Amino acid sequence: MKWTTGAGLTAAALLASTGLASAEGKLNIFNWGNYTSPELIEKFKKEYDVDVTVTDYDSNDTALAKVKAGGHGFDIVVPSHSYMPIWINEGLLLESRPDQMENFEHMSDRWKDVDWDPGRRFSVPWQWGTTGMAVNTSVYDGDPNTSAIFMDPPEELVGKVNVVPEMIDVMNLAIRYVGGEPCTSDREVLRKTRDAMMAARDKWMSMDYGTTEKLAAGDMVASVNWNGSTLRARMQNPDIVYGYPREGYPLWMDSAAVLADAQNPENAKLFLNFIMDPENAAMISNFARYANGIDGSEQYMAEDMKGAPEIDVPEEFQSAGAFNPSCPPEVQQMYTQIWTQLQK
Amino acid sequence: MAEARRIRPFAVRHLPGFPTMALICFVCLYAPIITLVMFSFNESMSMSQWGGFSWRWYVAAWENERVQQASLLSLIVATCASLIATTVATAAALGTTRTRRYRGLTGIYVLINQPLMVPEIVTGVALLIVFAMVKVWTGYTGIGYLILAHTAFCIPFAYLPIRARLESMDATLEAAAADLYATPWMAFRRVTLPLLWPGILAGGMLAFVISLDDVVITEFVKSGGQDTLPTYMLSQIRRIVTPEMNAISTVFLAISIALVTIFFLLSRGKKQ
Amino acid sequence: MAAQDTSPAPEEVAAPTMAPHGTDYAAIAMRRERRNNLALVSPALLILVVGASGPLVVMLIYSFLAAGDYGGVVWEFSTQGWFQVFLQRDMFDDTIGFADAHLSIFWRSLSLAFITTVLCVIFGFPTAYFIATRPPEQRSLWLFLVTIPFWTNLLIRTYAIMEVIRNEGLVNTALMKAGLISQPIQMLYTDFAIMLGMTYVYLPLMVLPLYASMEKLDFRLVEASYDLYASRMNTLRRIILPLVKPGLIAGSILVFVPCLGAYVTPRVLGGGKRLMLGNLIELQFGQGRNWPLGAALSITLLLIVMVALLIYVRNASRQGGAHG
Repeated sequence: MKWTTGAGLTAAALLASTGLASAEGKLNIFNWGNYTSPELIEKFKKEYDVDVTVTDYDSNDTALAKVKAGGHGFDIVVPSHSYMPIWINEGLLLESRPDQMENFEHMSDRWKDVDWDPGRRFSVPWQWGTTGMAVNTSVYDGDPNTSAIFMDPPEELVGKVNVVPEMIDVMNLAIRYVGGEPCTSDREVLRKTRDAMMAARDKWMSMDYGTTEKLAAGDMVASVNWNGSTLRARMQNPDIVYGYPREGYPLWMDSAAVLADAQNPENAKLFLNFIMDPENAAMISNFARYANGIDGSEQYMAEDMKGAPEIDVPEEFQSAGAFNPSCPPEVQQMYTQIWTQLQK
Repeated sequence: MAEARRIRPFAVRHLPGFPTMALICFVCLYAPIITLVMFSFNESMSMSQWGGFSWRWYVAAWENERVQQASLLSLIVATCASLIATTVATAAALGTTRTRRYRGLTGIYVLINQPLMVPEIVTGVALLIVFAMVKVWTGYTGIGYLILAHTAFCIPFAYLPIRARLESMDATLEAAAADLYATPWMAFRRVTLPLLWPGILAGGMLAFVISLDDVVITEFVKSGGQDTLPTYMLSQIRRIVTPEMNAISTVFLAISIALVTIFFLLSRGKKQ
Repeated sequence: MAAQDTSPAPEEVAAPTMAPHGTDYAAIAMRRERRNNLALVSPALLILVVGASGPLVVMLIYSFLAAGDYGGVVWEFSTQGWFQVFLQRDMFDDTIGFADAHLSIFWRSLSLAFITTVLCVIFGFPTAYFIATRPPEQRSLWLFLVTIPFWTNLLIRTYAIMEVIRNEGLVNTALMKAGLISQPIQMLYTDFAIMLGMTYVYLPLMVLPLYASMEKLDFRLVEASYDLYASRMNTLRRIILPLVKPGLIAGSILVFVPCLGAYVTPRVLGGGKRLMLGNLIELQFGQGRNWPLGAALSITLLLIVMVALLIYVRNASRQGGAHG
């Protein structure tokens, strides 16, 4: 009996202590996996005496579904630009008015008024980048600047290609590979896309995340991947190169926003202002190796990011990149159908 | 067993190849676990080449704040869930054993054992649906949901050893206590409970281990910032394969094996 | 506990003095006992209903609702969820056909679960037999050795397998060092990896029930069989197998059911390209944003499991009946 009582008391004490911690000031961040700089969090904690937790998600849809279900307990979320209108229109975000915050002046003019959040009334840039091809040159040293890497893999890469399961990015890469436009509802184009993907699928190894470490370790030798992740992999394994598909590739920007049902909205707003500080924005970039949208952060960024081919898009490929538009729900549904077929 | 000794010379029990197969089986069961433990002490990052003995991955895991948070939460949830589950399972065992069959008894058995039969993924998504609704209604998103879900699937694990112990117990002792005008509560406190104690302890420990190990249901029930050690590991091993995970796993293994060994010794004591 | 506290002395005390009305008092005592029993059982049942069984009913309701645009449900009756489990409207020509994606995932789950069960029998049967034929004082130790992996975290065991079969893992490194292969063999992210992982994880569930029925095996029957000049193969097939059949069936069900709903093993070892039922269900609650379909798929899985369990129960009771 004593053992039970003792354990019960301990448990009660533990519960009480965690309960108290929540009263002090908390911030729950819901962000992409392997995307949040621990130093940034540490600094925010120290500066504002707030307890911060970070929970990972691995796709825009997962995040949206979890938050939409309600009762998630998060304060901050970091959706991609093409999902931002959905988040705003569904009333999931708090109008936190970053445009009136103290550090707003540091935001690059390019990002101050964007289609997905006109006037920046909801969100603050977290990072932006491109989706392209990562290839291990020790296995394949041909041209990496084409979507054929995954849509029609060269001999050396058959059965070894990974595709990140981020539906919109991959679908748009594929549609542009067969000659269509992103978010097209043209059935002929979609049929061609589906057939091409179904044929290519048998030459893929996996559809998985965690590309940074697996590329570096040699568990993956080629992948549809994001630029910053590829840069991180290259830093550990110099054989990795990043390719910009000349058929067309998506640009994206992930922005941090406060959730409408946040339990700690004040801390969340503090955080949005905090990450617009150039020094802090540089911390985000130094961890995940993507560009941020804050002027003056360059001086705090790591040496290896300056002039990195993954960050500075070469002249000849600049015109092929475009921001994904937000696809209408019926197009999204068609994409989902093709996507499920792929994984059968 | 005298007859067993008598027939062994004729090798009646022997089937050719079976012992070899069995030994292969044991080797295969343990080889991956032993490798995992071994490489947790590896100095280098590699999982295939030995670079010398080191504690560095244990230190790294110990200092990793997310691991600390997740471990604490795992322990809190497992402690609460196993305590509640054991308490209610003990009561349930008392109410279902050594009694006349009554109507609904089969239904009760089915309900108690239900978590053992339904695939975890099904329970997981069902709880996701219901708790999402409740969370929106009440606005409460704390760890109560995790504890409730864990308690529910721990109940059968706590119940089975307790019931087994109860069934093998001598009912006349309690009858004697009753004859000596002990109130039922006294009889329970002074006679039944002490006799039942090893079963309760065993059930509690099983429940604790089961709660500590759960991935699937936790994955669906958790709210923001509520990663337990297994769900944290799930999110990590899909991407990083570092010996730090081996170190965490090894500690986990040690705890589970220690508890199961105690359970084994307890339940062995029962038979003697 | 309250009910037990207040209940008066047990019936043995009362019965002798009240002989003429004995039956009435017995009935009262019985009712009281029943009330006590229900009071004792109810806390456990309450938790189970709230935390395990009740949600299944809610899920059944959800499977008949319409899907929200971005996850969740709209509270209006719809059979779309169930329709989509097996059928789909072709996106190109609007014809209705079988949902071949779902059907092939069902099929893969069933066949992988079945093959895993067979593999578990192949490895588990000799192991259980080996343990059952050890001297009695050694048996519990061997049994303990089998159970230890079962009580350790499923995730850790899956991770251990992953370590071994990775491209840079133990097996490939060893083979390459030995000069047997020049390039690593791709084992991770294949159906083979899923099967290996599941066999590894669920083997103890096969060994334990098999052992339980083998322990009771009457070896005099085996001896008699040899006396009648039966070969070892024939003895195994005609004598031992029929006698341990209940254990074999129990073990198969215990392995088959969790394999069918496996979620962690395919997710970690399967690489996400080929889904199993568990992952398909999860997909509908996440990226797929189709909760009613997810609920309908879950209930379909549950029904398959129920059928498997019913077969088991019927078999067990028939066996029980045959032995008296």
